[in-house]
Amino acid sequence: AKDRLSSQTLPENSATGSTSTAITEPRARLQAYVDSHSVVIFSKSTCKRCTEVKKLFKSMCVPYFLLELDQTEDSWLVSKPIGSGVTALGHSPVLFSERRKLCGHGPTLKAYQEGSLQKLLKMNGSEDLPGTYDYDLIIIGGGSGGLAAAKEAAKYNKKVMVLDFVTPTPLGTKWGLGGTCVNVGCIPKKLMHQAALLGQAVRDSRNYGWNVEEKVGHDWGKMTEAVQNHIGSLNWGYRVALREKKVTYENAYGQFVGPHRIKTTNNKGKEKIYSAERFLIATGERPRYLGIPGDREYCISSDDLFSLSYCPGKTLVVGASYVALECAGFLAGIGLDVTVMVRSILLRGFDQDMANKIGEHMQEHGVKFIKQFVPIKVEQIEAGAPGRLKVVAKSTNSDKIIEGEYNTVLLAIGRDACTRKIGLEAVGVKINEKNGKIPVTDEEQTNVPYIYAIGDILEGKPELTPVAIQAGRLLAQRLYAGSTVKCDYENVPTTVFTPLEYGACGLSEEKAVEKFGEENIEVYHSYFWPLEWTVPSRDSNKCYAKIVCNMKDSERVVGFHILGPNAGEVTQGFAAALKCGLTKQQLDSTIGIHPVCAEVFTTLSVTKRSGGSILQAGC
Amino acid sequence: PGRARSDTEALAHPPPPPPPSRAPKSAGPVKVGAVPNRRLGGVHSEPMATLPGRRARLSSPGTSRLSSEAREELRRRLQGLIEDNRVMIFSKSYCPHSTRVKELFSSLGVEYNILELDQIDDGANVQEVLSEITNQKTVPNIFVNKVHMGGCDRTFQAHQSGLLQKLLQKESTYDYDLIVIGGGSGGLACAQEAAILGKKVMVLDFVVPSPQGTSWGLGGTCVNVGCIPKKLMHQAALLGQALKDSRKFGWEYNQQVKHNWEIMTEAIQNHIGSLNWSYGLSLREKSVAYVNSYGEFVERHKIKATNRKGQETYYTAAKFVIATGARPRYLGIQGDKEYCITSDDLFSLPYCPGKTLVVGASYVALECAGFLAGVGLDVTVMVRSILLRGFDQEMAEKVGSYMEQHGVKFLRKFIPVMVQQLEKGSPGKLKVVAKSTEGPETIEGVYNTVLLAVGREPSTRKIGLEKIGVKISEKSGKILVNDIEQTNVPHVYAVGDVLEGKLELTPVAIQAGKLLARRLFGGHSEKCNYINVPTTVFTPLEYGCCGLSEEKAIEIHKKENLEVYHTLFWPLEWTVAGRDNNTCYAKIICNKVDNNRVIGFHILGPNAGEVTQGFAAAMKCGLTKQLLDGTIGIHPTCGEVFTTLEITKSSGLDITQKGC
Repeated sequence: AKDRLSSQTLPENSATGSTSTAITEPRARLQAYVDSHSVVIFSKSTCKRCTEVKKLFKSMCVPYFLLELDQTEDSWLVSKPIGSGVTALGHSPVLFSERRKLCGHGPTLKAYQEGSLQKLLKMNGSEDLPGTYDYDLIIIGGGSGGLAAAKEAAKYNKKVMVLDFVTPTPLGTKWGLGGTCVNVGCIPKKLMHQAALLGQAVRDSRNYGWNVEEKVGHDWGKMTEAVQNHIGSLNWGYRVALREKKVTYENAYGQFVGPHRIKTTNNKGKEKIYSAERFLIATGERPRYLGIPGDREYCISSDDLFSLSYCPGKTLVVGASYVALECAGFLAGIGLDVTVMVRSILLRGFDQDMANKIGEHMQEHGVKFIKQFVPIKVEQIEAGAPGRLKVVAKSTNSDKIIEGEYNTVLLAIGRDACTRKIGLEAVGVKINEKNGKIPVTDEEQTNVPYIYAIGDILEGKPELTPVAIQAGRLLAQRLYAGSTVKCDYENVPTTVFTPLEYGACGLSEEKAVEKFGEENIEVYHSYFWPLEWTVPSRDSNKCYAKIVCNMKDSERVVGFHILGPNAGEVTQGFAAALKCGLTKQQLDSTIGIHPVCAEVFTTLSVTKRSGGSILQAGC
Repeated sequence: PGRARSDTEALAHPPPPPPPSRAPKSAGPVKVGAVPNRRLGGVHSEPMATLPGRRARLSSPGTSRLSSEAREELRRRLQGLIEDNRVMIFSKSYCPHSTRVKELFSSLGVEYNILELDQIDDGANVQEVLSEITNQKTVPNIFVNKVHMGGCDRTFQAHQSGLLQKLLQKESTYDYDLIVIGGGSGGLACAQEAAILGKKVMVLDFVVPSPQGTSWGLGGTCVNVGCIPKKLMHQAALLGQALKDSRKFGWEYNQQVKHNWEIMTEAIQNHIGSLNWSYGLSLREKSVAYVNSYGEFVERHKIKATNRKGQETYYTAAKFVIATGARPRYLGIQGDKEYCITSDDLFSLPYCPGKTLVVGASYVALECAGFLAGVGLDVTVMVRSILLRGFDQEMAEKVGSYMEQHGVKFLRKFIPVMVQQLEKGSPGKLKVVAKSTEGPETIEGVYNTVLLAVGREPSTRKIGLEKIGVKISEKSGKILVNDIEQTNVPHVYAVGDVLEGKLELTPVAIQAGKLLARRLFGGHSEKCNYINVPTTVFTPLEYGCCGLSEEKAIEIHKKENLEVYHTLFWPLEWTVAGRDNNTCYAKIICNKVDNNRVIGFHILGPNAGEVTQGFAAAMKCGLTKQLLDGTIGIHPTCGEVFTTLEITKSSGLDITQKGC
């Protein structure tokens, strides 16, 4: 970590030639100004309002860094629309962005009058800044995004620390390094999904000539142990990777305590303070509870499910998020009695046409749905592994009350960002008070310039592992390698494993209609029957392919949707194609691979508007 | 008698209504010079269908002295023009008589095709050959519905006498607008598309039984003895692996799981039967005449169809599409046709083949060997030289080594010289004698079944092509076509596996067939693009690819202009199952001098076919490394590995997966 006292400057210095000697890239230099001074004023020497602001800071005896745009020789700075009268408070919540005036003349004076300016300066002011930083970058949260950023930053010889600490669930479940995805998310879920698929494969195999006996059982303990062993090896692998890259890993809970300072608390309660030039918040999310009697005592969440030491038995899944449906899908797939309780719609935010098809398919494969009900009480009838629980639920549109008995109740009603107990208020990082999410710029910077955030805690961004990884890597490259590439949150593909897979990229049909108008979109669609399903005579009109095209833009494909086996694998390449601006014509001229499911997209000819039949004739 | 029959047939079936572009006679805008969208003589030209006044170009190297072969060729092309155009005018652009004739047809609102002899290189030759055909040395030289009208005066006389109108009304003298020979993927696609466009279409399909007597229904190789049964047997092999995996995922059932060949084969044949049925149905729905007979050209526009009972029928058509495909090659050694089977026989074999020798290293050979081993058989592959010729050789070797690890034996650099039957039966016992390709060494082996997969021969030598002068490559037997799938005989086209230098893949044939029909009958101009065609080999670990092999890329672009990114990967599903962690492999080849464009895509791993399709679409859109890097992965899938490729082959860095 570099010594920052030397760059502390007196009022009225000249920008050119001082701090800029080492850094030549203008953007990085600009960032350096902001990062290394608590107050930066971009001004024009002739501007009256600028003078007022300068006077204000002088009267407060606050040193500031001044860059007179009309006097600098740096043409790049001048050419950019920074504008005059922009005040930049380094390390403070109001702030600087080289693209936008976040704080001009008016807001600064107003903040002064209200006293918030003084408070900010005190909180992040020069009097309390560390002399030198322990680290260049401290990352709070060792999940996919945090680890990706840590490893990338370490590549550029930065001194990096990762803080990772898993607060145990109400039932006491905790896990190792790697975050949600590896421990209680994508990885175990996909493996249990695979277990469900293999159950189907065992049934199919008889039709293909394998003489498997009729009686097939499933051993939950064996599966869970195998899954957990794999996860253990990944946890280990991550630690080794951090060590190899010389990233400091501390298994402790991080909380901001002041400007550039963080307090860590390990599981024995031992506290330490570290300082860093920059921070990255990547704390992710944890499952939400209902706030009803018995929920924390008796219910489990996805945090508990994948390492559950006993088979959950008859299970009620509460919620209709993809987590809920995926868990319900694989539990049913390994032979359990599963019911899903849904408040309103399935897979909110996803294409509803697809979501409903998923629901139908799950229903046909034994998952029961209780719609328009919410649990109001969970009682234990009998302790055990699993025990027996009574769930009382209330209709969302009447006074009807129902009761049911289950061995396990799995809550999957959403996830809350872990942002409320990490001392963000101590450094003034703004969160959306309603959902706890952190708003950031398109460069993942919070309102406090030296604090960044990535991953599931970001407001309005997709909550997906590869997004967090991409954002983390690109952020580190921008901060430490002079890159300017930003993370593109558009056309992010994703897949829901229910266990029939639903892959999507781009817009849902609803969203496309909303954005372009119904008359300007053309939807092409088709059912298809995977060849592998024909011999075991599995459902012939379940798999479905749909693309949404913008007619006003040469039928560019703006939405891609597929429900079918291996939809994840199918979708990935098409996501790359969407990135390349795929049009319907290009899709048509792409030659199919025969016989695979994905080839259906090369021959889509029926539009939804036409009402033409898309049913497969079968035999 | 055949011709007389066809005349009544033509009257019985009125031609389809004229397209709207045919303006009412002598009123409204007149469309002239409408030329079928095609080119002659191997030189590129733009589609001219809708440009009034554009002239047909007959370009070929012009010399006044013609060899007899060239003369014959020219005569055929002129014949083609005469036969394929309702009105054909041979003219000179400056000739006032020619202009009068053109004006006459324009005033009648009749589309005509013109060849201006003064504007083509070999105009003199054309005039000479024309005079041989018509005994008329001058231009204009006019043909109406294949009837020679004569020159300007004769045409005007015919107009006055009403003969011209009569000739013009006689729309078509052929039984069909289109006859497709071969009811495989390409032929059916073309036939159905033409029928959708309102044409009268016939499909001739006839399966000559294999030496072992195997034959099958409508649909061609893909459906009956290709992609479909092979992918289903591949699935049977995958399910065998799934059964092994499933125990690791907690499933419990009887320890001894055996495979029953008959159950599998019957299930697959049932599915194929249903497909044959639905193809027949679909042809009927589209009013395509389907005749289960062997087709042979007897005249330029006439074909002889011979059914199973030897009954012969003759049909005529304005245009023909050859889509007869290819059949497995035999070795030409003692005992091969008597005792060996091919892929034509394997998928409906009524008994389990037992210990099998697969001869060849084509994708057919490796796929068959892969699934036979996958259902538990003892399989040996005898390879003459390299695996998967034409494919990326690094990938091919990886495919081979995976197969070897999974129990397939390889005998390299040997070719069989004799197959003897030791014992009859189902299966019997065969002795195979093989000779080294590098020395005098011979080896012997005993197998239950010998499967030959040493290549395929196009079915082009016994369909009367020589009678109408359609050129084939004498060496390969393949048909030479231009980029609109037209043979040297203008009204005869070809699609699918019979084409020289084109990919032998079902979806390629389908695409080519469909687009051909649209160009011929739908006024479209889109050509089939044979570049960046993706494909997948199911061995049973899948190898998917699109674009160039590394060897080909180096040959075209030079090694220094390429960057190859690659990595091994371990599918998540394989981890818990305890399967090989350094087998699956992803590779892309980028052209550094073209913005790091991805020109080759290769993946070896489960579901490679599904993974490859989308990337093929992306390559159609000009995928670059940067765009690939900007694409966000789907976690956890195998496909996501392509979004994070970092290590270049040239760096020599380690790409092995650490495992635990």
